[in-house]
Amino acid sequence: MDLFIEQTVSGLATGAIYACLALAVVMIYQAIDHFNFAQGEMAMFSTYIAWYLMDDAGLGLPFWVAFVVCIVISFIGGAAIERIVFAPISDAPVLSHIIVFIALFSMFNSLAGFLFDFTPKNFETPFGHTPFIEGVISSHRVGMIAVTLVMLGMIYAFFRFTPIGLAMRAAAAAPESARLVGVRVGFMLALGWGLAASVGAVAGMLIAPITFLTPDMMLGTLLYGFAGAVVGGLTSPLGAVIGGFMVGILENWMGTFVVGSQLKLTVALVLIIVVLLVKPAGLLGRVVVKRV
Amino acid sequence: MALLEIKGLKAYYGQIEALHGFDLSLEEGEITAVLGANGAGKTTTLRAICGMVKSAGSITVEGENVVGMSTEAIVAKHKIAHVPEGCGTFVRVSQEENLRLGAVTRRYREIEKDYERVYHYFPRLKERRNQQAGTLSGGEQQMLAVGRALMLRPKIMLLDEPSFGLAPIITEELFRILGQINRDEGVSMLVVEQNANLALAISKNAYLLETGNVAMTGPADQIMDDEQVRKSYLGY
Ligand SMILES: Nc1ncnc2c1ncn2[C@@H]1O[C@H](COP(=O)(O)OP(=O)(O)OP(=O)(O)O)[C@@H](O)[C@H]1O
Ligand SMILES: [Mg+2]
Repeated sequence: MDLFIEQTVSGLATGAIYACLALAVVMIYQAIDHFNFAQGEMAMFSTYIAWYLMDDAGLGLPFWVAFVVCIVISFIGGAAIERIVFAPISDAPVLSHIIVFIALFSMFNSLAGFLFDFTPKNFETPFGHTPFIEGVISSHRVGMIAVTLVMLGMIYAFFRFTPIGLAMRAAAAAPESARLVGVRVGFMLALGWGLAASVGAVAGMLIAPITFLTPDMMLGTLLYGFAGAVVGGLTSPLGAVIGGFMVGILENWMGTFVVGSQLKLTVALVLIIVVLLVKPAGLLGRVVVKRV
Repeated sequence: MALLEIKGLKAYYGQIEALHGFDLSLEEGEITAVLGANGAGKTTTLRAICGMVKSAGSITVEGENVVGMSTEAIVAKHKIAHVPEGCGTFVRVSQEENLRLGAVTRRYREIEKDYERVYHYFPRLKERRNQQAGTLSGGEQQMLAVGRALMLRPKIMLLDEPSFGLAPIITEELFRILGQINRDEGVSMLVVEQNANLALAISKNAYLLETGNVAMTGPADQIMDDEQVRKSYLGY
Protein backbone atom coordinates (compact mmCIF):
# COMPACT_ATOMS: atom_id res chain seq x y z
CA MET A 1 0.00 0.00 0.00
CA ASP A 2 2.86 2.35 0.90
CA LEU A 3 4.50 1.59 -2.40
CA PHE A 4 1.26 2.31 -4.21
CA ILE A 5 0.88 5.72 -2.56
CA GLU A 6 4.52 6.57 -3.16
CA GLN A 7 4.33 5.62 -6.83
CA THR A 8 1.09 7.50 -7.32
CA VAL A 9 2.35 10.68 -5.72
CA SER A 10 5.68 10.67 -7.53
CA GLY A 11 3.76 9.93 -10.74
CA LEU A 12 1.86 13.09 -10.10
CA ALA A 13 5.15 14.98 -9.98
CA THR A 14 6.50 13.63 -13.26
CA GLY A 15 2.97 13.98 -14.60
CA ALA A 16 3.29 17.71 -13.97
CA ILE A 17 6.18 17.78 -16.43
CA TYR A 18 4.26 15.76 -19.00
CA ALA A 19 1.33 18.11 -18.49
CA CYS A 20 3.55 21.12 -19.31
CA LEU A 21 4.91 19.50 -22.46
CA ALA A 22 1.48 18.29 -23.50
CA LEU A 23 0.14 21.81 -23.06
CA ALA A 24 3.00 23.31 -25.10
CA VAL A 25 2.41 20.80 -27.88
CA VAL A 26 -1.34 21.38 -27.89
CA MET A 27 -0.99 25.17 -27.93
CA ILE A 28 1.02 24.94 -31.12
CA TYR A 29 -1.09 22.15 -32.56
CA GLN A 30 -4.20 24.30 -32.23
CA ALA A 31 -2.57 27.15 -34.09
CA ILE A 32 -0.85 25.32 -36.95
CA ASP A 33 -2.35 21.80 -36.94
CA HIS A 34 1.02 20.12 -36.53
CA PHE A 35 2.86 18.37 -33.71
CA ASN A 36 6.03 20.20 -32.80
CA PHE A 37 8.46 17.29 -32.53
CA ALA A 38 11.17 19.73 -31.48
CA GLN A 39 9.27 20.95 -28.40
CA GLY A 40 11.28 18.67 -26.11
CA GLU A 41 14.61 19.70 -27.60
CA MET A 42 13.67 23.36 -27.32
CA ALA A 43 12.90 22.73 -23.64
CA MET A 44 16.20 20.90 -23.20
CA PHE A 45 18.11 23.78 -24.76
CA SER A 46 16.31 26.27 -22.51
CA THR A 47 17.37 24.18 -19.54
CA TYR A 48 21.00 24.41 -20.66
CA ILE A 49 20.59 28.18 -20.86
CA ALA A 50 19.28 28.16 -17.28
CA TRP A 51 22.21 25.98 -16.23
CA TYR A 52 24.65 28.42 -17.84
CA LEU A 53 22.93 31.34 -16.11
CA MET A 54 23.28 29.83 -12.65
CA ASP A 55 26.40 27.67 -12.81
CA ASP A 56 29.60 29.06 -11.34
CA ALA A 57 31.30 28.35 -14.65
CA GLY A 58 28.67 30.58 -16.27
CA LEU A 59 27.05 33.68 -14.80
CA GLY A 60 26.44 32.36 -11.31
CA LEU A 61 22.98 33.89 -10.88
CA PRO A 62 20.67 32.76 -8.06
CA PHE A 63 18.19 30.03 -9.05
CA TRP A 64 15.02 32.10 -9.25
CA VAL A 65 16.69 34.91 -11.18
CA ALA A 66 18.02 32.38 -13.68
CA PHE A 67 14.58 30.75 -13.75
CA VAL A 68 12.85 33.98 -14.78
CA VAL A 69 15.58 35.08 -17.21
CA CYS A 70 15.48 31.65 -18.84
CA ILE A 71 11.71 31.90 -19.27
CA VAL A 72 12.10 35.30 -20.94
CA ILE A 73 14.89 34.11 -23.24
CA SER A 74 12.88 31.02 -24.18
CA PHE A 75 9.86 33.15 -24.93
CA ILE A 76 11.84 35.37 -27.28
CA GLY A 77 13.52 32.34 -28.85
CA GLY A 78 10.20 30.56 -29.43
CA ALA A 79 8.63 33.64 -30.98
CA ALA A 80 11.69 34.13 -33.18
CA ILE A 81 11.54 30.53 -34.41
CA GLU A 82 7.93 31.09 -35.46
CA ARG A 83 8.70 34.35 -37.26
CA ILE A 84 11.90 33.20 -38.96
CA VAL A 85 11.22 29.55 -39.71
CA PHE A 86 7.48 28.87 -39.67
CA ALA A 87 5.82 32.06 -40.84
CA PRO A 88 7.37 31.72 -44.34
CA ILE A 89 6.15 28.13 -44.74
CA SER A 90 2.70 28.53 -43.19
CA ASP A 91 0.96 27.48 -46.40
CA ALA A 92 3.42 24.71 -47.25
CA PRO A 93 2.37 21.05 -47.16
CA VAL A 94 2.61 18.89 -44.03
CA LEU A 95 5.85 17.30 -45.14
CA SER A 96 7.69 20.63 -45.18
CA HIS A 97 6.64 21.22 -41.60
CA ILE A 98 7.78 17.78 -40.53
CA ILE A 99 11.16 18.28 -42.14
CA VAL A 100 11.60 21.61 -40.40
CA PHE A 101 10.63 20.06 -37.06
CA ILE A 102 13.19 17.31 -37.56
CA ALA A 103 15.80 19.89 -38.56
CA LEU A 104 15.12 21.94 -35.43
CA PHE A 105 15.23 18.78 -33.37
CA SER A 106 18.69 17.73 -34.48
CA MET A 107 19.94 21.32 -34.51
CA PHE A 108 19.12 21.90 -30.85
CA ASN A 109 20.35 18.46 -29.90
CA SER A 110 23.75 18.82 -31.55
CA LEU A 111 24.09 22.45 -30.59
CA ALA A 112 23.61 21.58 -26.93
CA GLY A 113 26.21 18.83 -27.21
CA PHE A 114 28.60 21.11 -29.02
CA LEU A 115 28.25 24.05 -26.63
CA PHE A 116 27.94 22.22 -23.32
CA ASP A 117 29.35 18.73 -24.13
CA PHE A 118 27.52 15.46 -23.61
CA THR A 119 28.49 14.62 -20.03
CA PRO A 120 25.48 14.69 -17.70
CA LYS A 121 25.37 17.77 -15.50
CA ASN A 122 23.90 18.29 -12.10
CA PHE A 123 21.02 20.74 -12.12
CA GLU A 124 20.35 22.61 -8.92
CA THR A 125 16.96 22.65 -7.22
CA PRO A 126 15.83 25.37 -4.83
CA PHE A 127 13.59 22.88 -3.04
CA GLY A 128 16.26 20.37 -2.01
CA HIS A 129 16.03 16.58 -2.22
CA THR A 130 15.07 15.98 1.39
CA PRO A 131 11.90 13.96 2.03
CA PHE A 132 8.83 16.17 2.30
CA ILE A 133 6.70 13.36 3.67
CA GLU A 134 8.93 10.48 4.72
CA GLY A 135 8.67 7.57 2.28
CA VAL A 136 6.13 9.31 0.08
CA ILE A 137 7.48 12.37 -1.68
CA SER A 138 10.60 14.51 -1.74
CA SER A 139 10.58 18.26 -1.37
CA HIS A 140 11.73 18.75 -4.96
CA ARG A 141 8.78 16.79 -6.30
CA VAL A 142 6.40 18.87 -4.21
CA GLY A 143 8.08 21.93 -5.71
CA MET A 144 7.58 20.52 -9.21
CA ILE A 145 3.87 20.11 -8.65
CA ALA A 146 3.50 23.50 -6.99
CA VAL A 147 5.38 25.45 -9.66
CA THR A 148 3.46 23.69 -12.42
CA LEU A 149 0.10 24.41 -10.82
CA VAL A 150 0.94 28.08 -10.33
CA MET A 151 2.08 28.37 -13.94
CA LEU A 152 -0.97 26.57 -15.31
CA GLY A 153 -3.19 28.86 -13.26
CA MET A 154 -1.48 31.90 -14.70
CA ILE A 155 -1.80 30.62 -18.25
CA TYR A 156 -5.45 29.82 -17.72
CA ALA A 157 -6.14 33.31 -16.38
CA PHE A 158 -4.23 34.85 -19.26
CA PHE A 159 -6.23 33.05 -21.94
CA ARG A 160 -9.52 33.35 -20.13
CA PHE A 161 -9.52 36.91 -18.89
CA THR A 162 -7.21 39.11 -20.97
CA PRO A 163 -8.00 40.65 -24.38
CA ILE A 164 -4.71 39.37 -25.81
CA GLY A 165 -5.49 35.87 -24.59
CA LEU A 166 -8.88 36.08 -26.26
CA ALA A 167 -7.32 37.38 -29.48
CA MET A 168 -4.80 34.51 -29.41
CA ARG A 169 -7.59 31.97 -29.05
CA ALA A 170 -9.46 33.59 -31.93
CA ALA A 171 -6.36 33.68 -34.12
CA ALA A 172 -5.68 29.99 -33.54
CA ALA A 173 -9.27 28.84 -34.01
CA ALA A 174 -10.36 31.03 -36.93
CA PRO A 175 -7.50 33.02 -38.48
CA GLU A 176 -9.60 34.44 -41.33
CA SER A 177 -12.31 35.80 -39.08
CA ALA A 178 -9.69 37.01 -36.63
CA ARG A 179 -7.99 39.07 -39.35
CA LEU A 180 -11.34 40.56 -40.28
CA VAL A 181 -11.80 42.02 -36.82
CA GLY A 182 -8.25 43.35 -36.90
CA VAL A 183 -6.36 40.70 -34.89
CA ARG A 184 -2.72 40.61 -35.96
CA VAL A 185 -2.69 36.88 -36.51
CA GLY A 186 1.02 36.54 -37.27
CA PHE A 187 1.91 38.37 -34.08
CA MET A 188 -0.44 36.15 -32.07
CA LEU A 189 1.13 33.01 -33.54
CA ALA A 190 4.57 34.26 -32.51
CA LEU A 191 3.25 34.94 -28.99
CA GLY A 192 1.83 31.41 -28.89
CA TRP A 193 5.18 29.90 -29.86
CA GLY A 194 6.90 32.06 -27.27
CA LEU A 195 4.49 30.92 -24.56
CA ALA A 196 4.85 27.28 -25.54
CA ALA A 197 8.63 27.58 -25.42
CA SER A 198 8.41 29.18 -21.95
CA VAL A 199 6.16 26.41 -20.67
CA GLY A 200 8.64 23.87 -22.06
CA ALA A 201 11.50 25.70 -20.37
CA VAL A 202 9.77 25.46 -17.00
CA ALA A 203 9.22 21.74 -17.56
CA GLY A 204 12.89 21.28 -18.42
CA MET A 205 14.13 23.18 -15.38
CA LEU A 206 11.86 21.17 -13.10
CA ILE A 207 12.74 17.73 -14.42
CA ALA A 208 16.49 18.30 -14.84
CA PRO A 209 17.33 17.92 -11.11
CA ILE A 210 15.89 14.40 -11.33
CA THR A 211 17.14 13.22 -14.71
CA PHE A 212 20.41 15.19 -14.83
CA LEU A 213 21.03 17.55 -17.66
CA THR A 214 22.00 15.90 -20.96
CA PRO A 215 21.16 16.70 -24.56
CA ASP A 216 18.96 13.60 -24.66
CA MET A 217 17.07 14.23 -21.43
CA MET A 218 13.80 15.14 -23.15
CA LEU A 219 13.50 12.24 -25.60
CA GLY A 220 11.43 9.99 -23.36
CA THR A 221 9.78 12.86 -21.58
CA LEU A 222 8.41 14.37 -24.77
CA LEU A 223 6.97 11.00 -25.75
CA TYR A 224 5.05 10.91 -22.45
CA GLY A 225 4.03 14.51 -23.12
CA PHE A 226 2.66 13.49 -26.53
CA ALA A 227 0.83 10.62 -24.88
CA GLY A 228 -0.69 13.08 -22.42
CA ALA A 229 -1.76 15.36 -25.23
CA VAL A 230 -3.34 12.50 -27.16
CA VAL A 231 -5.11 11.11 -24.11
CA GLY A 232 -6.56 14.50 -23.21
CA GLY A 233 -7.49 15.41 -26.73
CA LEU A 234 -5.30 17.40 -29.07
CA THR A 235 -7.85 20.17 -29.31
CA SER A 236 -8.19 20.78 -25.59
CA PRO A 237 -5.50 22.49 -23.50
CA LEU A 238 -7.25 21.47 -20.27
CA GLY A 239 -7.51 17.91 -21.56
CA ALA A 240 -3.80 17.89 -22.35
CA VAL A 241 -2.93 18.95 -18.81
CA ILE A 242 -5.17 16.32 -17.26
CA GLY A 243 -3.82 13.76 -19.73
CA GLY A 244 -0.26 14.64 -18.75
CA PHE A 245 -0.92 14.01 -15.06
CA MET A 246 -2.72 10.76 -15.86
CA VAL A 247 0.14 9.50 -17.98
CA GLY A 248 2.60 10.30 -15.17
CA ILE A 249 0.63 8.20 -12.70
CA LEU A 250 -0.05 5.42 -15.18
CA GLU A 251 3.63 5.26 -16.08
CA ASN A 252 4.54 4.58 -12.47
CA TRP A 253 1.78 2.06 -11.86
CA MET A 254 2.62 0.10 -14.98
CA GLY A 255 6.36 0.34 -14.33
CA THR A 256 6.08 -0.83 -10.71
CA PHE A 257 3.25 -3.32 -10.75
CA VAL A 258 2.81 -4.60 -14.30
CA VAL A 259 5.51 -4.43 -16.94
CA GLY A 260 8.62 -3.34 -15.02
CA SER A 261 10.77 -0.33 -15.65
CA GLN A 262 12.33 -1.73 -18.83
CA LEU A 263 9.08 -1.45 -20.76
CA LYS A 264 7.84 1.81 -19.28
CA LEU A 265 8.39 3.84 -22.41
CA THR A 266 6.50 1.29 -24.45
CA VAL A 267 3.49 2.05 -22.29
CA ALA A 268 3.46 5.60 -23.64
CA LEU A 269 3.53 4.38 -27.22
CA VAL A 270 0.85 1.76 -26.66
CA LEU A 271 -1.27 4.38 -24.96
CA ILE A 272 -0.95 6.74 -27.92
CA ILE A 273 -1.94 4.03 -30.37
CA VAL A 274 -4.84 2.73 -28.29
CA VAL A 275 -6.31 6.19 -27.75
CA LEU A 276 -5.98 7.07 -31.41
CA LEU A 277 -7.71 3.84 -32.37
CA VAL A 278 -10.46 3.82 -29.78
CA LYS A 279 -11.21 7.46 -29.07
CA PRO A 280 -9.26 9.74 -31.42
CA ALA A 281 -10.75 12.88 -29.90
CA GLY A 282 -9.32 12.00 -26.49
CA LEU A 283 -10.94 12.80 -23.16
CA LEU A 284 -11.98 16.38 -23.74
CA GLY A 285 -11.22 17.02 -27.39
CA ARG A 286 -13.74 17.66 -30.11
CA VAL A 287 -14.12 15.42 -33.09
CA VAL A 288 -12.66 17.43 -35.94
CA VAL A 289 -14.16 16.82 -39.33
CA LYS A 290 -11.80 17.93 -42.05
CA ARG A 291 -13.44 19.26 -45.18
CA VAL A 292 -11.71 18.10 -48.32
CA MET B 1 -14.01 62.06 -53.67
CA ALA B 2 -16.09 59.15 -52.46
CA LEU B 3 -15.33 57.48 -49.11
CA LEU B 4 -14.51 54.26 -50.95
CA GLU B 5 -13.36 54.53 -54.54
CA ILE B 6 -12.48 51.47 -56.60
CA LYS B 7 -10.79 51.86 -59.97
CA GLY B 8 -9.90 49.09 -62.42
CA LEU B 9 -10.17 46.38 -59.77
CA LYS B 10 -8.84 42.97 -60.72
CA ALA B 11 -8.64 40.05 -58.32
CA TYR B 12 -6.88 36.72 -58.61
CA TYR B 13 -7.21 33.25 -57.15
CA GLY B 14 -3.89 31.80 -58.20
CA GLN B 15 -3.84 32.05 -61.99
CA ILE B 16 -7.56 32.65 -62.26
CA GLU B 17 -8.71 36.22 -62.69
CA ALA B 18 -12.02 36.54 -60.85
CA LEU B 19 -12.58 40.28 -61.27
CA HIS B 20 -11.73 41.86 -64.60
CA GLY B 21 -11.15 45.51 -63.81
CA PHE B 22 -14.23 47.51 -62.88
CA ASP B 23 -14.96 50.73 -61.03
CA LEU B 24 -17.20 51.11 -58.00
CA SER B 25 -17.69 53.82 -55.43
CA LEU B 26 -19.40 54.21 -52.08
CA GLU B 27 -20.33 57.68 -50.91
CA GLU B 28 -20.03 58.73 -47.29
CA GLY B 29 -23.17 57.91 -45.30
CA GLU B 30 -24.85 55.95 -48.07
CA ILE B 31 -25.90 52.36 -48.60
CA THR B 32 -24.94 50.79 -51.91
CA ALA B 33 -26.21 47.41 -53.04
CA VAL B 34 -24.14 44.91 -54.99
CA LEU B 35 -26.23 42.35 -56.84
CA GLY B 36 -25.38 39.52 -59.15
CA ALA B 37 -25.78 35.83 -59.86
CA ASN B 38 -23.80 33.12 -58.05
CA GLY B 39 -20.13 33.35 -58.93
CA ALA B 40 -20.40 36.89 -60.28
CA GLY B 41 -17.66 38.08 -57.94
CA LYS B 42 -19.59 39.84 -55.17
CA THR B 43 -17.80 38.13 -52.31
CA THR B 44 -14.49 38.56 -54.08
CA THR B 45 -15.09 42.30 -54.33
CA LEU B 46 -15.66 42.59 -50.59
CA ARG B 47 -12.66 40.41 -49.88
CA ALA B 48 -10.50 42.57 -52.12
CA ILE B 49 -11.50 45.69 -50.21
CA CYS B 50 -10.27 44.02 -47.01
CA GLY B 51 -7.04 42.82 -48.55
CA MET B 52 -7.98 39.16 -48.37
CA VAL B 53 -7.39 38.30 -52.00
CA LYS B 54 -4.57 39.26 -54.30
CA SER B 55 -5.72 42.23 -56.34
CA ALA B 56 -4.61 44.93 -58.78
CA GLY B 57 -5.99 48.36 -59.60
CA SER B 58 -6.72 50.84 -56.86
CA ILE B 59 -9.00 50.74 -53.84
CA THR B 60 -8.96 54.14 -52.21
CA VAL B 61 -10.41 54.51 -48.73
CA GLU B 62 -10.46 58.00 -47.23
CA GLY B 63 -7.92 59.01 -49.84
CA GLU B 64 -5.46 56.16 -49.21
CA ASN B 65 -4.86 53.28 -51.58
CA VAL B 66 -5.20 50.09 -49.53
CA VAL B 67 -4.21 47.56 -52.19
CA GLY B 68 -1.29 45.60 -50.76
CA MET B 69 -2.01 46.53 -47.14
CA SER B 70 -2.65 43.73 -44.66
CA THR B 71 -6.24 42.97 -43.63
CA GLU B 72 -5.47 43.79 -40.01
CA ALA B 73 -4.10 47.20 -40.92
CA ILE B 74 -7.00 48.09 -43.22
CA VAL B 75 -9.57 47.13 -40.60
CA ALA B 76 -7.84 48.96 -37.78
CA LYS B 77 -6.92 52.09 -39.69
CA HIS B 78 -9.99 52.71 -41.82
CA LYS B 79 -12.61 51.17 -39.53
CA ILE B 80 -13.95 48.79 -42.13
CA ALA B 81 -16.12 46.08 -40.58
CA HIS B 82 -16.66 43.06 -42.77
CA VAL B 83 -19.59 40.77 -42.04
CA PRO B 84 -18.46 37.77 -44.05
CA GLU B 85 -20.40 35.10 -45.89
CA GLY B 86 -21.46 32.61 -43.20
CA CYS B 87 -21.09 35.08 -40.31
CA GLY B 88 -17.49 34.31 -39.31
CA THR B 89 -18.62 33.50 -35.78
CA PHE B 90 -15.94 32.52 -33.27
CA VAL B 91 -17.79 29.38 -32.30
CA ARG B 92 -15.79 28.25 -29.28
CA VAL B 93 -16.06 31.44 -27.27
CA SER B 94 -19.08 33.08 -25.73
CA GLN B 95 -21.37 35.45 -27.54
CA GLU B 96 -20.13 38.42 -25.56
CA GLU B 97 -16.52 37.47 -26.23
CA ASN B 98 -17.42 37.59 -29.92
CA LEU B 99 -18.49 41.18 -29.41
CA ARG B 100 -15.28 41.84 -27.49
CA LEU B 101 -13.32 40.53 -30.46
CA GLY B 102 -15.13 42.95 -32.72
CA ALA B 103 -13.55 45.74 -30.69
CA VAL B 104 -10.12 44.12 -30.43
CA THR B 105 -8.42 47.06 -32.14
CA ARG B 106 -9.92 49.58 -29.75
CA ARG B 107 -8.99 50.61 -26.26
CA TYR B 108 -10.65 48.83 -23.38
CA ARG B 109 -12.16 51.87 -21.67
CA GLU B 110 -13.91 53.10 -24.82
CA ILE B 111 -15.90 49.97 -25.47
CA GLU B 112 -17.80 49.38 -22.22
CA LYS B 113 -20.94 51.20 -23.36
CA ASP B 114 -20.84 49.74 -26.85
CA TYR B 115 -22.18 46.40 -25.62
CA GLU B 116 -25.37 48.20 -24.61
CA ARG B 117 -25.45 49.89 -28.00
CA VAL B 118 -25.41 46.50 -29.71
CA TYR B 119 -28.08 45.13 -27.36
CA HIS B 120 -30.19 48.17 -28.13
CA TYR B 121 -30.32 47.11 -31.78
CA PHE B 122 -30.48 43.38 -31.02
CA PRO B 123 -32.25 42.84 -27.68
CA ARG B 124 -32.31 39.09 -28.33
CA LEU B 125 -28.55 38.93 -28.02
CA LYS B 126 -28.60 40.30 -24.49
CA GLU B 127 -30.34 37.26 -23.07
CA ARG B 128 -27.70 35.04 -24.58
CA ARG B 129 -24.55 36.92 -23.66
CA ASN B 130 -22.82 33.96 -21.99
CA GLN B 131 -23.95 31.28 -24.40
CA GLN B 132 -21.25 29.63 -26.48
CA ALA B 133 -21.50 31.37 -29.84
CA GLY B 134 -21.40 28.17 -31.88
CA THR B 135 -24.68 27.09 -30.30
CA LEU B 136 -26.60 30.20 -31.37
CA SER B 137 -29.15 29.75 -34.13
CA GLY B 138 -28.30 30.86 -37.66
CA GLY B 139 -30.36 34.02 -37.28
CA GLU B 140 -28.80 34.84 -33.93
CA GLN B 141 -25.33 34.34 -35.40
CA GLN B 142 -26.18 36.71 -38.23
CA MET B 143 -27.28 39.35 -35.70
CA LEU B 144 -24.15 38.65 -33.69
CA ALA B 145 -22.06 39.20 -36.83
CA VAL B 146 -23.64 42.60 -37.37
CA GLY B 147 -23.26 43.35 -33.66
CA ARG B 148 -19.59 42.38 -33.79
CA ALA B 149 -19.14 44.71 -36.75
CA LEU B 150 -20.77 47.53 -34.76
CA MET B 151 -18.26 47.04 -31.94
CA LEU B 152 -15.56 48.42 -34.23
CA ARG B 153 -17.49 51.70 -34.46
CA PRO B 154 -17.07 51.29 -38.20
CA LYS B 155 -17.04 53.95 -40.88
CA ILE B 156 -17.81 51.36 -43.50
CA MET B 157 -19.66 48.07 -43.16
CA LEU B 158 -19.28 45.40 -45.81
CA LEU B 159 -22.15 42.94 -45.57
CA ASP B 160 -22.00 39.67 -47.50
CA GLU B 161 -25.50 38.24 -47.87
CA PRO B 162 -26.71 39.13 -44.38
CA SER B 163 -30.07 37.53 -45.14
CA PHE B 164 -28.57 34.14 -45.92
CA GLY B 165 -30.57 31.40 -44.23
CA LEU B 166 -32.90 33.75 -42.39
CA ALA B 167 -36.69 33.47 -42.24
CA PRO B 168 -38.36 36.22 -44.32
CA ILE B 169 -39.68 38.02 -41.28
CA ILE B 170 -36.25 38.06 -39.61
CA THR B 171 -34.68 39.27 -42.84
CA GLU B 172 -37.02 42.23 -42.98
CA GLU B 173 -36.27 43.01 -39.36
CA LEU B 174 -32.54 42.83 -40.05
CA PHE B 175 -32.76 45.21 -43.00
CA ARG B 176 -34.85 47.63 -40.98
CA ILE B 177 -32.09 47.61 -38.34
CA LEU B 178 -29.38 48.08 -40.96
CA GLY B 179 -31.23 51.13 -42.26
CA GLN B 180 -31.49 52.42 -38.70
CA ILE B 181 -27.77 51.93 -38.06
CA ASN B 182 -27.03 53.77 -41.28
CA ARG B 183 -29.21 56.73 -40.28
CA ASP B 184 -28.33 56.88 -36.57
CA GLU B 185 -24.61 56.38 -36.82
CA GLY B 186 -23.84 57.48 -40.33
CA VAL B 187 -22.20 54.17 -41.19
CA SER B 188 -21.71 53.72 -44.95
CA MET B 189 -22.58 50.25 -46.19
CA LEU B 190 -21.84 48.04 -49.13
CA VAL B 191 -24.47 45.30 -49.11
CA VAL B 192 -24.16 42.15 -51.18
CA GLU B 193 -27.51 40.43 -51.46
CA GLN B 194 -29.47 37.75 -53.26
CA ASN B 195 -32.60 39.28 -51.81
CA ALA B 196 -32.47 42.17 -54.28
CA ASN B 197 -35.80 43.73 -53.30
CA LEU B 198 -34.85 44.35 -49.71
CA ALA B 199 -31.34 45.46 -50.53
CA LEU B 200 -32.50 47.92 -53.17
CA ALA B 201 -35.17 49.28 -50.84
CA ILE B 202 -32.60 50.59 -48.33
CA SER B 203 -29.93 51.49 -50.90
CA LYS B 204 -29.31 54.72 -52.74
CA ASN B 205 -27.19 53.24 -55.50
CA ALA B 206 -26.71 49.76 -56.85
CA TYR B 207 -24.27 47.76 -58.93
CA LEU B 208 -25.04 44.67 -60.90
CA LEU B 209 -22.07 42.31 -61.30
CA GLU B 210 -21.79 39.72 -64.03
CA THR B 211 -18.83 37.33 -64.25
CA GLY B 212 -16.32 39.71 -62.76
CA ASN B 213 -17.53 42.91 -64.40
CA VAL B 214 -20.05 45.62 -63.63
CA ALA B 215 -22.97 45.00 -65.98
CA MET B 216 -25.09 47.90 -64.81
CA THR B 217 -25.03 50.66 -62.24
CA GLY B 218 -27.26 53.53 -61.20
CA PRO B 219 -29.66 54.76 -58.53
CA ALA B 220 -31.32 51.87 -56.72
CA ASP B 221 -34.87 52.79 -57.72
CA GLN B 222 -33.87 52.94 -61.37
CA ILE B 223 -32.22 49.53 -61.18
CA MET B 224 -35.31 48.19 -59.49
CA ASP B 225 -37.46 49.35 -62.39
CA ASP B 226 -35.18 47.96 -65.06
CA GLU B 227 -36.93 45.28 -67.12
CA GLN B 228 -33.84 43.07 -67.39
CA VAL B 229 -33.01 43.23 -63.71
CA ARG B 230 -36.56 42.48 -62.71
CA LYS B 231 -36.64 39.37 -64.86
CA SER B 232 -33.27 38.03 -63.74
CA TYR B 233 -33.02 39.05 -60.11
CA LEU B 234 -36.32 40.16 -58.72
CA GLY B 235 -38.50 37.48 -60.23
CA TYR B 236 -41.50 39.49 -61.33
N1 LIG C 1 -10.84 30.40 -53.23
C1 LIG C 1 -11.12 30.42 -54.55
N2 LIG C 1 -10.32 29.79 -55.42
C2 LIG C 1 -10.57 29.81 -56.74
N3 LIG C 1 -11.60 30.43 -57.29
C3 LIG C 1 -12.45 31.09 -56.49
C4 LIG C 1 -12.25 31.12 -55.07
N4 LIG C 1 -13.24 31.85 -54.51
C5 LIG C 1 -14.02 32.24 -55.54
N5 LIG C 1 -13.55 31.80 -56.72
C6 LIG C 1 -14.14 32.05 -58.05
O1 LIG C 1 -14.26 33.43 -58.23
C7 LIG C 1 -15.50 33.73 -58.85
C8 LIG C 1 -16.27 34.74 -58.02
O2 LIG C 1 -16.61 34.14 -56.78
P1 LIG C 1 -17.38 34.90 -55.62
O3 LIG C 1 -17.31 34.06 -54.40
O4 LIG C 1 -16.86 36.26 -55.54
O5 LIG C 1 -18.87 34.92 -56.18
P2 LIG C 1 -20.18 35.51 -55.52
O6 LIG C 1 -20.70 36.55 -56.45
O7 LIG C 1 -19.95 35.91 -54.13
O8 LIG C 1 -21.14 34.25 -55.58
P3 LIG C 1 -22.25 33.76 -54.54
O9 LIG C 1 -23.48 34.52 -54.82
O10 LIG C 1 -22.44 32.31 -54.90
O11 LIG C 1 -21.73 33.95 -53.17
C9 LIG C 1 -16.23 32.42 -59.04
O12 LIG C 1 -16.05 32.02 -60.37
C10 LIG C 1 -15.53 31.48 -58.10
O13 LIG C 1 -15.51 30.17 -58.61
MG1 LIG D 1 -20.59 35.25 -52.32
